[in-house]
Amino acid sequence: MKILIKSGRVIDPASGLDANQDIAIAAGRIVAMGDTINDFTPEKTIDASGTVVAPGLIDLCTRLREPGFEHESMLESEMAAAVAGGVTSLVCPPDTDPVLDEPGLVDMLKFRTKKLRQARVFPLGALTRGLKGEVLTEMAELTESGCVGFGQADVPIVNTQVLQRTFQYAASFGYSVWLRPQDYWLGQGVAASGPLATRMGLSGVLVAAEVIALETIFELLRGTPARVHLCRISSAKGLELVRKAKDEGLPITCDVSVHNLHLIDVDMGYYDARLRLQPPVRQQIDRDALRAGLADGTIDALVSDHNPVEADAKNLPFAQAEPGATAVELLLSLALKWGQADGVPDITVLRALTRGPASVLGQSLGSLQDSIGRIVVGGVADICIYNPHDEWVVSDDRLRSQGKHTPFTGYALPGTVCQTIAGGFIAFDGQ
Amino acid sequence: MRLQRNPQLNANGELIHLLSTEGLSKAVLTHILDTAANFVSVSDREVKKVPLLRGKSVFNLFFENSTRTRTTFDIAATRLSADVINLDIARSSASKGESLLDTIDNLSAMAADIFVVRHNESGAPYLIAQHVAPHVHVVNAGDGRHAHPTQALLDMYTIRHFKGDFSNLSVAIVGDVLHSRVARSNIHALTTLGCPDVRVVGPKTLVPGDMTQMGARVCHDLREGISGVDVVIALRLQNERMSGALLPSAQEFFKSYRLTPERMQWAKPDAIVMHPGPINRGVEIASAVADGPQAVILSQVTFGIAVRMAVMSIVASHDA
Repeated sequence: MKILIKSGRVIDPASGLDANQDIAIAAGRIVAMGDTINDFTPEKTIDASGTVVAPGLIDLCTRLREPGFEHESMLESEMAAAVAGGVTSLVCPPDTDPVLDEPGLVDMLKFRTKKLRQARVFPLGALTRGLKGEVLTEMAELTESGCVGFGQADVPIVNTQVLQRTFQYAASFGYSVWLRPQDYWLGQGVAASGPLATRMGLSGVLVAAEVIALETIFELLRGTPARVHLCRISSAKGLELVRKAKDEGLPITCDVSVHNLHLIDVDMGYYDARLRLQPPVRQQIDRDALRAGLADGTIDALVSDHNPVEADAKNLPFAQAEPGATAVELLLSLALKWGQADGVPDITVLRALTRGPASVLGQSLGSLQDSIGRIVVGGVADICIYNPHDEWVVSDDRLRSQGKHTPFTGYALPGTVCQTIAGGFIAFDGQ
Repeated sequence: MRLQRNPQLNANGELIHLLSTEGLSKAVLTHILDTAANFVSVSDREVKKVPLLRGKSVFNLFFENSTRTRTTFDIAATRLSADVINLDIARSSASKGESLLDTIDNLSAMAADIFVVRHNESGAPYLIAQHVAPHVHVVNAGDGRHAHPTQALLDMYTIRHFKGDFSNLSVAIVGDVLHSRVARSNIHALTTLGCPDVRVVGPKTLVPGDMTQMGARVCHDLREGISGVDVVIALRLQNERMSGALLPSAQEFFKSYRLTPERMQWAKPDAIVMHPGPINRGVEIASAVADGPQAVILSQVTFGIAVRMAVMSIVASHDA
């Protein structure tokens, strides 16, 4: 379909463009952009005046719960939720049921998501079989099936020799390793360590759990360079280590979740299980550091850490509740809210959702590397059009996701998605 | 960011559930103690009953084993003329996979008025309190490491009985503070009632340093911890904690922290010794102390019934 997006404020962090432009789309690609576009006869014209036209958002952590929740049609609902949130590319971690450690499972997931013609799905393969931290997966096969990297989701590798070998093996072929840095033994708690957890009688996760895991990873990388992406940093101390490691030249990138960017432990009030999250939200000093780190680019990407959890798994005593929250539909708004509160320019806010995560994916994107996460003539037409002046209130019925639990229920958030164009196809139209 | 009313109180500030001693005013705590004082004499009467909860059903819902606490709640409810239903949850619904809130819904359909809940997870009674109908009340009989408010209130009653008031007292809580809901509830109750010197005493593995933020002084030396105190509260040390990474052995714990008659001389001469029970004789407390003149452990048990009567009668008199 030929689409003309007229008079929008086009913001493309990759090129630094921030200007009113028209964009012409045909055959799934951007064919022209400029003040005016001649010789183009659109089948559909989108009046984008007053709105922002941004590259389609990239979420480096969205759980689709497939395989595992086919009986609930969760793939369909979560894919719809993603495009409703302006997300056109998403990375899903391998902690599905069964775990994504077999090429056949990845093929099936890719096939089923492609049929939906919504966001592009980039699966992470399991780094070790069954995420057990013992045996390497068939990474070459999994890469052929479409995996963009290999990770352990929330399951730490206890055996440091296995960890070292995953680096060696992945580096042989240029695959990237995605790890959430958390020491297995110190990471058994359910809330951030600190006065609040002590007072509430909840077992805590020390900042040291993150710091020790990071130090281990960095020291191994010094001897065995491999591309490592650090998922969902949660502490000021951890972030400081990441900053130093980047300065040192270690080949790392990292992200932070919307929850750690906005919330702290005391927000759990009286054992609010919606705040049962991994990693746990920590103290104010950590939140402040993470916000600054995202603004200055030490943190490459902001992720939703979307995890639709069924009500039955949440309506339990805090420690027994399943960790996770629905978030992919809130990603853009929570990024804008951060920008507004901290005076971060729009182009920097959008960088954390477009160019930043695209650079994390890097060459694993293959031929898409030059066009995903940016607006460029000749590139694929993945575009998010949103109204930055509009506000919405988070409520169950506004969410397309089957996960209804989020700590942000009742919040008035800035920014509503008007249209999401994925590969030149209007995948979501909020008008 | 999130503003939420204390779920223990209704819009008028009246106690509708007892979940924790934290967040309750001095007036509320004092009212419970004063009400309990009126009930102490009930047990001396020939007819040990008052009709305050006649026609009401009290469900004892113990997801964790307990004999003593459950029995005293049972007696307290019976003396208030309530119908008491004891459920062996650990061996029935929970083991059959029924969820906590499903259990509550089922029992609510049997017209429960008060749930007395003990659960091994911190915060479980909050989940129940936020779920039940407005006329149903929840009394926390111990949740995880978090709170054991009726124990703390009976401890406050005991302290007030023997010491008069709280404004000049030093109180030491000795032992496994980390895992103790009794310790947490006592700290909150003591600081709210005006006690200026609350100490928690034990090795660093069992006494979290950030308890200072709850208003307690953290001591790792028993002598420093109990010197000059008016009240010593010894905590139970569970067997499974006595060998591992928290403590090397029971003997090692005795060596540094067991309350003996000699060490009790560091406290004030008229200091009282309390224990939430059941006592591990010879472990956290020497028999000579537990049975000695300073021990008020059996008074605690007696007062416990009156305090639980007070709590149930007060919460039952207010609706959400």
